[in-house]
Parts: sequence; structure tokens; C-alpha cells
Amino acid sequence: MKIAVCVKQVPDTWAEKKLRDDDSTLDREAADGVMNELDEYAVEEALRLAEANGGEVVVVTMGPERAAETVRKALSMGADAGVHLVDDSLHGSDALATSYALAEVLAARNFDLVIFGSESTDARMSVVPAMVAERLGLPQVTFAQKVDVDGSKVAIQRQTEYGYDDVEAELPAVVSVVEKINEPRYPSFKGIMAAKKKPVETLTVADAGLDAAKLGATAAWTKVASFAARPPKAAGTVVTDEGDGGAKIATYLTEQKFV
Amino acid sequence: MTCIERRLPSDEARALLDLTRDMCAQSLAPVVDAAEEKSEFPRDIMNLLGQTGLLSLPYPEQFGGGAQPYEVYLQVLEELSSVWLSVGISVSVHSLACFPVAEFGTDEQRQHWLPMMLAGDTIGAYCLSEPHSGSDASALSTQAAIDVDGFIINGQKAWITHGDLADFYNVMVRTGESGANGISCLLVAAGTPGLSFAPRELKMGAWASPTAGVIFDDVRVGPDHLIGTEDGGFRIAMAALDAGRLGIAACAVGLAQGALDAATTYAQQRRQFGRPIAQFQGLSFMLADMDTAISAARALYLDAARRKDDGVEFGVAAAKAKLFATDTAMKVANDALQVLGGYGYTRDFPLERYFREAKMLQIVEGTNQVQRMVIGRALTDIS
Repeated sequence: MKIAVCVKQVPDTWAEKKLRDDDSTLDREAADGVMNELDEYAVEEALRLAEANGGEVVVVTMGPERAAETVRKALSMGADAGVHLVDDSLHGSDALATSYALAEVLAARNFDLVIFGSESTDARMSVVPAMVAERLGLPQVTFAQKVDVDGSKVAIQRQTEYGYDDVEAELPAVVSVVEKINEPRYPSFKGIMAAKKKPVETLTVADAGLDAAKLGATAAWTKVASFAARPPKAAGTVVTDEGDGGAKIATYLTEQKFV
Repeated sequence: MTCIERRLPSDEARALLDLTRDMCAQSLAPVVDAAEEKSEFPRDIMNLLGQTGLLSLPYPEQFGGGAQPYEVYLQVLEELSSVWLSVGISVSVHSLACFPVAEFGTDEQRQHWLPMMLAGDTIGAYCLSEPHSGSDASALSTQAAIDVDGFIINGQKAWITHGDLADFYNVMVRTGESGANGISCLLVAAGTPGLSFAPRELKMGAWASPTAGVIFDDVRVGPDHLIGTEDGGFRIAMAALDAGRLGIAACAVGLAQGALDAATTYAQQRRQFGRPIAQFQGLSFMLADMDTAISAARALYLDAARRKDDGVEFGVAAAKAKLFATDTAMKVANDALQVLGGYGYTRDFPLERYFREAKMLQIVEGTNQVQRMVIGRALTDIS
């Protein structure tokens, strides 16, 4: 089985995120880059499926040069090979453009299963897996808290507000996973050493046969018109207990519609 | 822990230190307090370190090791100890227990033992001290009688880290005359008949690191369990201790760094007289002195480690590093606790733990008086 895992480098989860003044895109230089947390779960699931069923795990990313660190991390966890789409013209791509680029790269490589984390911590849209599936004409079985592959079928438990749905699809298919699915492994030291020798294919937009007119900020369907920093936190409300503190807190919570 | 700007020799070493820091933050820090409180040995953490390759770093790749220089291995140990000394000590002692076979074993013994020792799912113990033979190690009295089938061991070892839960034991025994020239090094696997353990010591600190006496009652091992030559074990014991001392020095620097980090954070946040207490010079000078002493201790152990990596004599440098780093850890733990005032004296903050643990480091792998003896002898040539 040939499994692709799509991963994204995002600013460190705990770092303050900023937009650039010149083009209103996320300032990726302002913070350390890390693998999007949910993508670690996706890599782990791919590795487990490959260990259980045999096969190969290829990690795919689109991002600036330093996103290669994220490919390297997935390789040190145990993935077999990497594909890195890197090109200045990709900068500012929206979800539609991203899904176009990823779908083209994936389509050229004939995967049985494509796994995504269900959302990224920077954009938080949760739409790219579905868009990629649509572009590839493949079934999308998303928000999986459990994945099983049996022959030519993939069965998942889709996490819902009320529990989960059992969903099945024929392979090839696109899966996205939620945090509940597993506990991602640490890379091993030997894995880190081995990762250096694993093949990583670096592609430009031209190499991937993409239409540059469909990519980047100019092709985006939405524009950031303006932005402002979040206002500083307002001073809190002090409730003084004069024997009626409980009632006062209850009143406050009711007023704020918390209860 | 403050991310120390380290000068590391390779990209792989940088990746290894990053991995160590991630594991410290994500897997060690959340559980250290509860495990120490319950005196619970973190076997799951040791297994995790084993799976990621951190239990075999300074040993050859062909036997499953990480082939890392001591300079790198020790900095990993420092990072682990800054969060959890008991874990740092375990890794150091395990590495020490692998040392005799790796350095003095025959090719057959290395091939037989090392893959198991370095696999990451076993833990070793190093048995030198006895109830009546501590600093004067050459006076040890555990006997190994020699017969046609090998050795029959009788006696008791004391203060053994991993005493009752190790998978293999390096045991220094008397096979010949009294003194240093009648000692041999034997390997004993866990579960060998006649091997038993005294109750664990109730220590002042490092509660998650089990320390127990190991009792040998007609324990039989074959002749192939002899490491090095018969009666040639004392040299192995001392060589292992030289390497082990470097491990303790690195653990001490880690502990001191952890204590300083906690004190620094507190001094930035705690306000008295309308300002953060870090603004008071009396306090910031304390922090500055701690930071300087830690940097000096780190430089000292790294110098000794690089001597070892270069294959030159490093025993005296290791003694200096162990002495200075552990005395520094004691002083820093004491001063860091003082920075937190009353809060430092409570179990709600880790400073009292660092304080209790630092004391141990001045005693283990040769007391600091023994280190001074080693340094003094080298200086004066008079023993």
C-alpha cells in the first residue's frame, strides 16, 4: 500500500502569530516553524497502517524552503520518502490554490491512501482535505478518530458531537484524522540519522506541471482588506465578597450568558 | 529549561539535543513530581528513552549504540537531569554498567552481551561499594571462589542504583590477594539463582531512583562472565568510575540549571516593594553568580569529555569536573531555594527537591573528598 501524508509547517503553536505589513500574509519568519500538531497524528497513523499492512509512506508538503525541516521530522519518525513543493509563486496561496497544487502532486504519484491532519493551527479552516479529495475525484472520509484498512476498503470512525459515525470507502481515498486517533511517536535517534539518507524530491511549480496563474496571492479568491492587532486585555471585574459573593458571581455569569 | 546555546559538533547532535528537550518537556516534566512523591521508578520513561536510542548513545553502532562522543552524550544527560535527576542518574548508571564489557570485553563477549545491553529495553547496575568498603574500594570483600565451572559469588554489595530491578549486574569481586590486585569483574544476569536484594534505602532525595543492597548467596556464573583478566578488575572499576564521574558532573550541571531557571522565573514574576524582585541588585547578583558557576562547571565537564573523546588521559579532569559541578549544584540549589523564600521551602515548588537531590551528587561516584584526593595526588605525585 502506498500512503501519502500531507504535512504543513506552521508557526510554533505557542508563539504569537503576526501578519506581514506588506502583503497581509502570515509572517512565517517571526516564529519558529514546527510540524502542524495534527499532522503528527497523521504521520503516526500512516506509519501504523504501513507497519500493519505493509507498504510505503511518502510525506508531502508545500511551503517555503525551511518547510524541509518538517519533511525531515516525518522522515525521522519513520516515513520512507518526501516530496517538497517549494516555489516563490506559491506564497499567499489560499485553500483553493493549495488544494489544486497538492492534488496535482498527489495525482501524479498514484497513492492508495492520502492522510491529512484535520486542520492546521495557523489557518484552521479544515477544508483542504475535502478540496483535495474533490479535485482528485476520490471519496473523502474525514475527521477520523479510528482508521482501518482491509483489502481495498478503508473504514473510519468519524468523530461527531454526539459520538461517531462509521464510514467506509473504497481505496484510493482521502482521510483526515483528529487528535483522538493515536499518540504520535518521538523520532528515534537512529531515525534522525536515517532520515538524512532518505530521498526527498524537491519540486518547483514548473516541475510539478502547475499553472502559476492559479497560485499565489494574486489568484486568491479572498483578500485581507485590513487587519489590526488584538486589543490588550481589559481589566477584569472584581467581585468583593460581603457574604453574597456566590450570588454576585452567579449574577455575573448569567449576565455574560455563561449559564 | 532555558535553551542553552550549545556548541555541538554535528547536525545529528543538534537534532539529538532537540529530541531530548522535546521529550523532557512533553514526557518527563508532566510526571516527575508525582513519581518522585510516590518513589516510583519510571520504567515507562526508561523504555521510551530506550526506544528513542538515548540509552546507548556513547557505544559503537555495530552493537546497537548511537556512536556519539562523550561530549554529546553528556549534554543529553544534562538536559534530562535539568528536569528529572532520577532519570539522568539512571541513564548515567546504565551507561556505566555497559562500560566494562564495551571497553574490556573480548570480541565474543561484546557480541554476546552488548546488543542486549544496548537494545533499550534493559537496565544495568554497577556493583562496587559494600557496607564496609566505600571510598576504600580496594578493600571489598565479596568473594568469588573459582572452580571448574567458573565462579561462585558470596557477599553483599551496597548503595546499588537499580539494585533490585536491573537486568544485568557488573560485580567487582575478590578472587585473589587482598588489596587492588585481587579483584575481578564479573557479569551476572538478573534471575541467576542465589541473587537477592536488601530493602530499598530510604534516601533524602532522588526517591524515584531505587537504591538497594545486592546479596550474593552461592551465585554461580560461567568463566565467560569474567570481564578482563582474573584479578585485573580494579583497573576496570576505576576506568568505569572515571567515565561515571563525567556522567554525574553532567547530571549536576543539569540540576543546577533547572534550579536557576526556576529561581529566575520566580524573580521576574514575584513583586515586592512595587517591583519585580529581580530588580533588586542583591538578588540579581545571586542569579548572576549562579549562572556563572554553572557555565564554568559545564565548561569543565566538556573539557574532560573532549579529552576522553580524543583518547587522552582524562581521569583527573573528570575528578575536577565532578567535584566542581556537584559542589556548584549544591550551592546553586541552596541559593535558588533562597530566592523563592518561604515558597522555596514548600513542596509546591521544585527547589526543595533540587536541594535534597544535590546533596546526593556530592557523595556518589566517589565522594568529593575522594575527588580532591585524586586531584591532590596527581598534583603532588604523593599518594
